[in-house]
Amino acid sequence: MDGAHDMGGAKGFGPVVPEPNEPVFHGDWERRAFALTVAMARPGGWNIDMSRFARENRPPEDYLSKSYFQIWLAGLETLMIERGLVTREEIEAGKVLSPPKPGVTPIAPTEVTPAIRRGGPTEREAKTPAMFAVGETVRMKDIHPVTHTRLPQYVRGHLGTIELNHGCHVFPDTNSLGKGEDPQWLYTVRFDGPELWGKDADPTLSVSVDAWESYLERV
Amino acid sequence: MSDHDHDHHGHHHDHDHSELSETELRVRALESILTEKGYVDPASLDLLIDLYEKKIGPRNGIRVIAKAWSDPAYHTRLMKDATAAIAELDYSGRQGEHMVVVENTPEQHNMVVCTLCSCYPHPVLGLPPVWYKSAPYRSRAVSDPRGVLKDFGVTLPDATKIRVWDSTAEIRYLVLPMRPEGTEGWSAEQLAELVTRDSMIGTGLPKQPGELA
Repeated sequence: MDGAHDMGGAKGFGPVVPEPNEPVFHGDWERRAFALTVAMARPGGWNIDMSRFARENRPPEDYLSKSYFQIWLAGLETLMIERGLVTREEIEAGKVLSPPKPGVTPIAPTEVTPAIRRGGPTEREAKTPAMFAVGETVRMKDIHPVTHTRLPQYVRGHLGTIELNHGCHVFPDTNSLGKGEDPQWLYTVRFDGPELWGKDADPTLSVSVDAWESYLERV
Repeated sequence: MSDHDHDHHGHHHDHDHSELSETELRVRALESILTEKGYVDPASLDLLIDLYEKKIGPRNGIRVIAKAWSDPAYHTRLMKDATAAIAELDYSGRQGEHMVVVENTPEQHNMVVCTLCSCYPHPVLGLPPVWYKSAPYRSRAVSDPRGVLKDFGVTLPDATKIRVWDSTAEIRYLVLPMRPEGTEGWSAEQLAELVTRDSMIGTGLPKQPGELA
């Protein structure tokens, strides 16, 4: 979706302000919100693309006024309500008002480290040959899905060069909707600065995105 | 964007205490609901937090870079298959399943961003700092990286090519900075002192030998 989260090239946000000696979390609620989100994914039965969509799919003023972990919290609440794990009334009341959903088991302490160390690899076996070769020029499709996509607006319609082929990976656009992994070839596509930002762009700049095969078209 | 909005992104943690305490209460209540319903085990949450506060952080990436600088065979393996080479040092998993290392040279400087969210190589760098997830960085890194570098106090020669990697998929990028001059014969442990987190994102450069205390 063309939402406020898709920020590449936007203007007016001001300078980057690094924080000296920044802690990993700012306050205990960030620790707990982070851990709850990570720990609920498996019992909740959602995947990383569903959680990204739950975070970004909100009005721009909401996305831009919440802090990072406030967005995580809001995303977590959405995912749980959608699946009937908790009700909105329970969240607002701050207490349990309905029985738990049956068959949901928590991550046990002994499972935590192995699960984090394993992660969730997204590469899958290739079923078809890659359509594009390294070095080839491609055009990014000008598409505007209303659902989750990882094709940023600032590259749509632009010409780039295939630089790396990463094998076949789970496709977020379908995976986020529960419509299957639909693994596709994933490429690093590089763009010259002026192709993206016009003739006054920094001539020394090039930018790449990682793009699934169905985001690309032949030129 | 108004100053207000920018403020939220850059400094959300040090303003508007009433809003934060509301969030604090909400998180606390949510944790007790989920615990009571049997969906989470608080001991698992404690472990997760401990992992990301104590074990998974830029120290890991620093070891990778120092080894690449001091061990040519490791450097070759790291550039060929970063995921496997990083796993040799026992770092792997969540948000680092598919690693690629990009090497700075006198001709090209690399910088990593995630314009769509906050993708970052956790096993080697830990959780991202607030600025990495903020609108100023995500919006400008791809269109004005030299301006962003200036915000970090870094100026590169005009002729240096700047290559920005937007992490839009599950590939995670780690920058291999240039080994500082004047470090011939240094051990990996000594070299590690020169590597900074930002130099592995591309928003900074390694320390020079003279900068060490």
